[in-house]
Amino acid sequence: MFAWLLVVMFSTNITVQAALTIEITQSAAGAMPVAVVPFSWQGEMGEAPLDVAAVIGADLGRSGRFSVLSRRDMLAKPHQADQIRYQNWRLLNVESLVIGTVRESGGGYIVQFQLFDVFRGTQLIGYSIRSSASGMRRTAHQISDLVYEALQGEPGVFATRIAYVTELRATDGSRRYSIQVADADGYNPKPVLNSKRPLMSPSWSPDGRKLAYVSFETGRPAIYIQEVDSGEREKITSFKGVNGAPVWSPNGKRLALVLSKAGSLDIYILDLASKKLERITRSYAIDTEPVWSPDGSGLVFTSDRGGRPQLYRIDLAERQVKRLTFEGKYNARASFSPDGQSLAFVHSEGSLFRIALMDLKTGAIQVLTDTGLDESPSFAPNGSMIIYATESKSGKGVLSAVSIDGRVRQRLALQIGDAREPAWASHKK
Amino acid sequence: MNVLSKVLVAIIPVVLIAGCSTQDTKMSDADDAVGSQGSMSMTPATQDGDSVDTSAVTSAVSSDSGFSGDALDNPASLLSKRVIYFDFDKSDIDEASREIISAHAAYLTDNPRASVVLEGHADERGTREYNIGLGERRYKAVARMMALQGTSTRQVEGVSYGEERPVAMGSDESSWRLNRRVEFVYQGR
Repeated sequence: MFAWLLVVMFSTNITVQAALTIEITQSAAGAMPVAVVPFSWQGEMGEAPLDVAAVIGADLGRSGRFSVLSRRDMLAKPHQADQIRYQNWRLLNVESLVIGTVRESGGGYIVQFQLFDVFRGTQLIGYSIRSSASGMRRTAHQISDLVYEALQGEPGVFATRIAYVTELRATDGSRRYSIQVADADGYNPKPVLNSKRPLMSPSWSPDGRKLAYVSFETGRPAIYIQEVDSGEREKITSFKGVNGAPVWSPNGKRLALVLSKAGSLDIYILDLASKKLERITRSYAIDTEPVWSPDGSGLVFTSDRGGRPQLYRIDLAERQVKRLTFEGKYNARASFSPDGQSLAFVHSEGSLFRIALMDLKTGAIQVLTDTGLDESPSFAPNGSMIIYATESKSGKGVLSAVSIDGRVRQRLALQIGDAREPAWASHKK
Repeated sequence: MNVLSKVLVAIIPVVLIAGCSTQDTKMSDADDAVGSQGSMSMTPATQDGDSVDTSAVTSAVSSDSGFSGDALDNPASLLSKRVIYFDFDKSDIDEASREIISAHAAYLTDNPRASVVLEGHADERGTREYNIGLGERRYKAVARMMALQGTSTRQVEGVSYGEERPVAMGSDESSWRLNRRVEFVYQGR
């Protein structure tokens, strides 16, 4: 079923950039059957600038919520409502059908699509969207989001962006680090920063316009904030010792970060307008990897104050610290689900490091991955998936995504270099 | 129609961005980090250890031939050892490492103009920012020992790279033990 997706993606791939490829490593039972018919083309040139239907099909398949009908199995390829013979699609057990057209219009394009309920024989949604050659992949993701929301009842995340770190090693041993920003499906990666020295910990502002990160470009770590679209940036902290793990508060006004200027690593909060710095933790242990609860009332962080790295929560009003994890030898680098109900984090019983999910009400832990060097989990903005970094069998750093029930995993593999530290922007571009 | 107008509004800036960023996909060749747009070139504040080869180096100079020159360049000296190693998630210093650290502490005391950067590193296991903490703890353990032996704190700096700059690329203990380390990187050499 997914074979054609791969073929189509390779054949329509924009080969200019080192795009990511997608593998389904584990399929979902009970996914909703959907067909996305190739869009018809109405223009003077030979073909549409993009196979929009292929991108939509790949998006829906990747979410784990849909099984997408192969084009080879389609009995007909309608592109207007009056051409649809519903009984054909019912025979194929297709529940939902997407058809559409790409039309040249005034130097640009109009992409029109309709979504039908096959069993009722009725249209669910239909739109015409103005687009351009370079913006058509984005338009396809927006259509995927509209289809996803119409069928799943929650917003889609296909038109969002991810940031991540890549490292390229040359044969002479030199290294090239970059922070990349790409579409959520891994396409259109663009470096927003390149350096010969390490770059770490990209974190999105809640409005999706800025990234905070750590750069060692001067030979010492410093925290920067950079506007993604303009490239303008500002050095935020460069204290003696560690400047690390920046993460935006939910209202975008403050940055939690980690400094060692007082001795050991401690968590601080920087008010971005006043530049006032407030120390939050005071221990001789390593306190790091802060993450805000979605309501902004507290931080969860990693600390080895109990002897080994475990997760703790600090309430910012009362300043009371509570240990959250007790199972396993190593629990670190938490990511809050958008609803604040659960945490994803790196979990180890000894030798293998995996992504686990904890229900904060019950404390129950579910291990979601079965590889061994998994790290940096980051929730999708709708909470349906977690993107994380892992290693391929050949030892290459790759990005993967897992559905929060652990059933569906997909790999987004960079063709060149190692990829790591993915961060999913919460805001749509 | 509401949704459609939202979609249209969203598309306009995307197209503009796509239009003005086409030349930025080419990687910069500048030595230091450069923002791909509105670029801002940074001058490194200090040299890092890129050019210092910290691996073992054999040499034709034998110890009894009478070595002359800087003691740091004497392959027979403990000072030629510029890396010490640690156990997983630990910053304890073993006896052999103590001797190496003492030799460097004594050298710095004898050569007040010399200065060293202690680079703390971790292996790839565990999380990246926690490993930054581990690298920091390791170089501080070394710096503390040197301070106890009277080395001026002005001559010793530290930086933790965590797991970001491994020397061995494998995913097994033979690589990991080489990566859990503190390197002595002498400045201006």
